[in-house]
Amino acid sequence: MSLLPEDPAEVGRRLGEAGYLADQRIAQVVFLADRLNKPILVEGPAGVGKTELAKALATISGRRLIRLQCYEGLDESKALYEWNYKKQLLRIQADADHDWAQLEHDIFSEEFLLARPLLEAIQAREPVVLLIDEVDRVEVETEALLLEILSDFQVSIPELGTIRAHTQPLVVLTSNNTRELSEALKRRCLFLHIGYPDPTREQAILLARVEGIGEHLAAQVARVVRSLRDLELKKAPSVSESIDWARTLIALGYTDVDDPILADTLHVLLKYQADIEKAQKQLTVSGQR
Amino acid sequence: MNQVVDERPIDLLPTLLSFVHELRAVGIPVSMVEAIDAMSALRHTDLADRPGFKQALAATLVKNARHQGAFDVTFEVFFALHRPPPGAPTAEASREASPPGRGGDRSGMADLLEALLAALLQGDQEGLAAAARLAVELLAGMEPGRPVGGTYYLYRTLRQLDLEALENRLLEATLGDSPDLSDLERRLTAEDVTRRLEQLKEELRAEIRRRLVADRGREAVARTLRKPLLEDVDLMHATRDDLAEIESAIEPLTRKLAARLAQRRKRQRGGRLDFRRTVRRSLATGGVPLEPVFRAPRPHRPEIFLLCDISGSMATFARFTLQFVYAMSEQFSKLRAFAFIDSIDEITDFFEPGMEFAAVMARVTAEADVAWRDGHSDYGHSLEQFVDRYGSSLSPRTTVIITGDARNNYRPPRAELLAEVAAASRAFYWLNPEPKPYWDTGDSVMGAYTRHCDGVFEVRNLRQLEAFVEKVALPPKGRTRSVA
Repeated sequence: MSLLPEDPAEVGRRLGEAGYLADQRIAQVVFLADRLNKPILVEGPAGVGKTELAKALATISGRRLIRLQCYEGLDESKALYEWNYKKQLLRIQADADHDWAQLEHDIFSEEFLLARPLLEAIQAREPVVLLIDEVDRVEVETEALLLEILSDFQVSIPELGTIRAHTQPLVVLTSNNTRELSEALKRRCLFLHIGYPDPTREQAILLARVEGIGEHLAAQVARVVRSLRDLELKKAPSVSESIDWARTLIALGYTDVDDPILADTLHVLLKYQADIEKAQKQLTVSGQR
Repeated sequence: MNQVVDERPIDLLPTLLSFVHELRAVGIPVSMVEAIDAMSALRHTDLADRPGFKQALAATLVKNARHQGAFDVTFEVFFALHRPPPGAPTAEASREASPPGRGGDRSGMADLLEALLAALLQGDQEGLAAAARLAVELLAGMEPGRPVGGTYYLYRTLRQLDLEALENRLLEATLGDSPDLSDLERRLTAEDVTRRLEQLKEELRAEIRRRLVADRGREAVARTLRKPLLEDVDLMHATRDDLAEIESAIEPLTRKLAARLAQRRKRQRGGRLDFRRTVRRSLATGGVPLEPVFRAPRPHRPEIFLLCDISGSMATFARFTLQFVYAMSEQFSKLRAFAFIDSIDEITDFFEPGMEFAAVMARVTAEADVAWRDGHSDYGHSLEQFVDRYGSSLSPRTTVIITGDARNNYRPPRAELLAEVAAASRAFYWLNPEPKPYWDTGDSVMGAYTRHCDGVFEVRNLRQLEAFVEKVALPPKGRTRSVA
């Protein structure tokens, strides 16, 4: 029933083919999630490719991706299901002389149910990949909504009873770690922390994602970015920023980076004025040496 | 492959159980379910693949990135690689160095340095590990059964290796033959060298640990290696590395506090019925008002006043509380911060959005007018000034949080002033970084203040701070304090 290859290395290779360069850890966790039928909770700083992982998973398993974007204030009717009460009302008005018991039975049927992403993932005939993005943004109370789905792959609707999944969805939750998730949620998931990649992997990512970049420039970008990450910054440059920077450099026609070029393009990598100033100070200090 | 894998986890069970036990002893919460998950994950894992094996355990047992470091150490101890007996060059070297005169052997030492240098230059992991093994064997002088910790051996090894000389030789070797490198390249290379030396230290540490495990057994070694988790590190005595980590953990915490405080206003539906819009909307459903529309409630902006003792005895903690304020100031539109020693001054304006924390600290130290007489804490006088200058801006929406050890240097505590402040505000909390048993000993006047506060909390580490945040988030069930 599992759609993924037989061993972790193979999973990693297939992810690579789909444009996601997974290291050995990521491949191992994805492989286990598929084997154990458990959701993966992916945590890490913004822009390291957490959402990309879910997309690549959908690609290599040939499944449809259903995405639930979380935000503060997300509730049942947006995440799970909602009764289409306007349609229900029309139905009541359309045959007003009907027997009430019959009518009640009619209007609380699946026909009048509006499926939101979670229910949609459960009801899908074909297995899907369910991405619950930025789950740390919902309130703790809303988190509880997810528990039933994550452990039993089912949804309870009071008027209809329990709807079970036809097929097991592969669930990926992402979190930027803005708050601690509840123990109950974590317990149900496999945990995967994706940090910043090491220069070798980052270089490979750049080579794969940036058109027209050479080995030399990619290596240099990766090393510069790692060096910046070692400074104490408000927002360290992430992979998405190093990709942006590499694209900028190529657009400007550079094949080699030196201090003046870095100083001129620093604003692509760093998003706060204070950070830019700090990095520039670092440049001038060591320039004088 | 599967048949092989299915058999073996059974012998693994006792080891896994004691591993889980040790993780719990370190403070990582591992539930029953997670232990079972780990077991089933191993069933699908090729046990010969060590990184895969480790990751299978990590993904099922550790659900907090902050615990990863502690997990790594415990894993290394429990599943130490039983390395094959050292290869030819090592055996030779150890025979030469076997008389206990440590590091006395010149040629062994020279060989070792060459091997190290070569491995560091090429960034060769395997070579580095082998060299580290050799270094520990030659230099650490480890004696079986001797009850000293790994740090002692590490120190001994490092002292004889002379890392500085090694670093210079490395720099020379990498930069020397290409003088036309750009400044940027030079800097990056220098950073690379530093990083590789860090790696070497890590390898040495791991090797020493392995030998200790072989000597004393893993349970014993694991016990000596237990270190408080980040959330349990005492803020008053935190090391610089700890502080840096704690600082990065504070931001999510303040965001949580902000969310909790704002939530209370959301839970109550608030606003009055908007009759006009309800009727208008009912037209879409045949005149039945299905969805009543409410006026948006007026947003409740939590106001927070934070009073920090920044005197000498509180130096480390003050840095931490100010960091907390700094992070909070980006969460609350109305946050006012005050610093005091024996006189109080408002420091809100120092925390401009986007300001560097270090710069803020420098300004607080240099510009805030907090010393009046002798630079020893005086809570009474500070309170008096606070009431005088800022008392009028307190309102029933204000939450006041004060952080300090309440060590008043035997000056009058003036608790009646605190009662005044508390009565004029919505809630008044005190965070004390001292262990509770020390309160009210010596010059601490905590007791005099306690009865006027809505809550007094011992906050010595992140875990306690989090607990405070949780408690503050609960709606107050009537005031319990007796207003004197």
